[in-house]
Amino acid sequence: MLPIRGCEQSDELTHRQKLAGALVLLTAVQILILFAGFFAPYNFAVQDRERPFAPPTSLHFKDARGNVHIRPFIYDLEGAGHSAGVSETDSEHPYPVHFFVRGTPYKIAAMFASRVHLFGVEAPGHIFLMGSDAYGRDQFSRFLFGGQISMLAGLIAAILSVSIGIIVGGIAGYYGGWVDELLMRGGELFLALPWLYLLFAVRAALPLHISQWEVFLLLVSVMGLIGWARPARLIRGVVLSAKQRNFVVAARGFGASDAYLLRRHVLPQTYGVLLTQMTLLIPQYVLAEVTLTFLGLGVGEPLPSWGSLLSSLQQYYVLSSYWWMFLPALLLIPLFLVFYTAADALQELHKSVTL
Amino acid sequence: MKYFARRLVHSTLLLLAVSIFSFGILQLAPGDFFAPMGLNPQISSRTIAALRSQYGLDRSLPVRYAHWLRGVLKADLGPSFAYNSPVAPLLAVRARNTLLLTGTAMSLAWLIAIPLGMWSAVHRGKWADRAAGVVTSGLVTVPDLVLFLVLLLVAVRTGWFPTGGMVSAAFSDLNVWNKVKDVAEHLFLPALGLAIATLPPLVRHVRSAMIEVLEAPFIRAARAHGIAERRVLFRYALPVAANPLISLFGLSVATMLSASLLVEVILSWPGIGPLLVDAILAKDVYVVIGTVMLSSVFLVAGNLFADLLLFAADPRMRTE
Repeated sequence: MLPIRGCEQSDELTHRQKLAGALVLLTAVQILILFAGFFAPYNFAVQDRERPFAPPTSLHFKDARGNVHIRPFIYDLEGAGHSAGVSETDSEHPYPVHFFVRGTPYKIAAMFASRVHLFGVEAPGHIFLMGSDAYGRDQFSRFLFGGQISMLAGLIAAILSVSIGIIVGGIAGYYGGWVDELLMRGGELFLALPWLYLLFAVRAALPLHISQWEVFLLLVSVMGLIGWARPARLIRGVVLSAKQRNFVVAARGFGASDAYLLRRHVLPQTYGVLLTQMTLLIPQYVLAEVTLTFLGLGVGEPLPSWGSLLSSLQQYYVLSSYWWMFLPALLLIPLFLVFYTAADALQELHKSVTL
Repeated sequence: MKYFARRLVHSTLLLLAVSIFSFGILQLAPGDFFAPMGLNPQISSRTIAALRSQYGLDRSLPVRYAHWLRGVLKADLGPSFAYNSPVAPLLAVRARNTLLLTGTAMSLAWLIAIPLGMWSAVHRGKWADRAAGVVTSGLVTVPDLVLFLVLLLVAVRTGWFPTGGMVSAAFSDLNVWNKVKDVAEHLFLPALGLAIATLPPLVRHVRSAMIEVLEAPFIRAARAHGIAERRVLFRYALPVAANPLISLFGLSVATMLSASLLVEVILSWPGIGPLLVDAILAKDVYVVIGTVMLSSVFLVAGNLFADLLLFAADPRMRTE
């Protein structure tokens, strides 16, 4: 490694800062999503047919008489049950927002059962931070729970792609020769395919009425299986240059086995590429899941995914009349920004280290 | 020429692999188009069996594949169950529409990307370049889905653009000029969305390719000879920078096809995207296979075209 020049040092510092910032934000998002049951006031399937398309509930601190309260409170909708999208509120009856309230039971990570929610209001009142959908379900809660499915899809598929990539790329790069030729030709095939169409073809092959989790797992595995070629190529490149390094050649001279060399000296050098690929692939696969579900080919109701939250926007009247239905779509943009920032910073850091 | 022969063989093999893959996976799936009919008490199981044998669904997989492949050579892509017609003419209309959309979007994207990328490269590091950089990296983070939904929102809210389809209801009564205008009006929004979705990486690559070339000694020599800046950029620098961009063109066909599927569904452009989604839901297998094959053909054709362009643009390719 060359000594780092002055100007690059400051560059690296800002990349490190960027990466740290992005990671903090990502961790926060993951915690929100993982503990969706706690942060969401309602269960994702709880319906209130009397309040379809309720606009986002606004928090008040000042009551009708002008007194200021420290505890925020809300007003319930007036005339709920008569028309969708009503925004007049019944200012006679304030409902204070309580914290750590007991509500509908939920499970964290499918293991720990609890009833405690971060916030909520008392029974007849409703708090919809991001409005409600056609069935009067809380969009905020559905967004958090939907994140569980979409993020899990991204994670599983990315891990699958990268694992296959590291095996194939490692073997191709390390052994070379006809093995390399064969594996990389096969990879080209996968790179050249219109993969979204292919994914659809696979979806068509699944029976339409198998259980939600089977659909989910099958789709996610297929996404992961299709996408291995790019990480494999990159890892092959790193392995190719790594195996010619002096310390690897020296270790081989001392009689180290292939398995030892790969595990101890060669593969550790691919970690930078692996990490960068993971941060790039996760949002890509999250989007793939969102797209499939949006088109009605992913997990179905009542399970929420970010895709099914957006799919109601395909109806013109929802799109034009209820602006809050757009909020989940807009929230995805900063999330992807954070992901890409992290990937960018990782890439730059990795570059400045290996140069 | 030998190079092309090899590429052609490679492409054919690729298409064959895709067809075997999609055929195999679709036929392995449990249930077919006629399965839901079994639930209807008015349709006897004999009728369903007769329908199945009429369409050849009762024969074994290799037999059906061979039959289908023989049909493909005669431009017969099998029957569509849902539309009760052959797949080929059905697909032809949709393919024309998709080509119109992606072709327009592709031209639009490159027509914006090349000047913008060159401009950024020339003004490298200045505020204009930075602004362009911020805009393009901002656009990267907007998911295509969200972008298209925003466009749909614009169309629905403002009423400036038609919100779906390819032609107005009164299309057949219009004269030729108005027909063209009508289609263009419907085309504008999906093509714009598609162009925006594919634009950011193009601009970045044009910029970096140009920066590399602009630092070359021959550009300095050209400038030192007093050749006009515009001529230096377009006549001297651009052809040299074109090489990686042509390869990028081949790759961008894939992105374009995936994005066009979405834009077609969201803005209801009658291309192959909506056809595919409907066919999947109806288990209309030959339509699904036809659509997947067609998209692969587009992709392969795009890559071959890029190769041809590269051959024409780069003398080094010809001497090999």
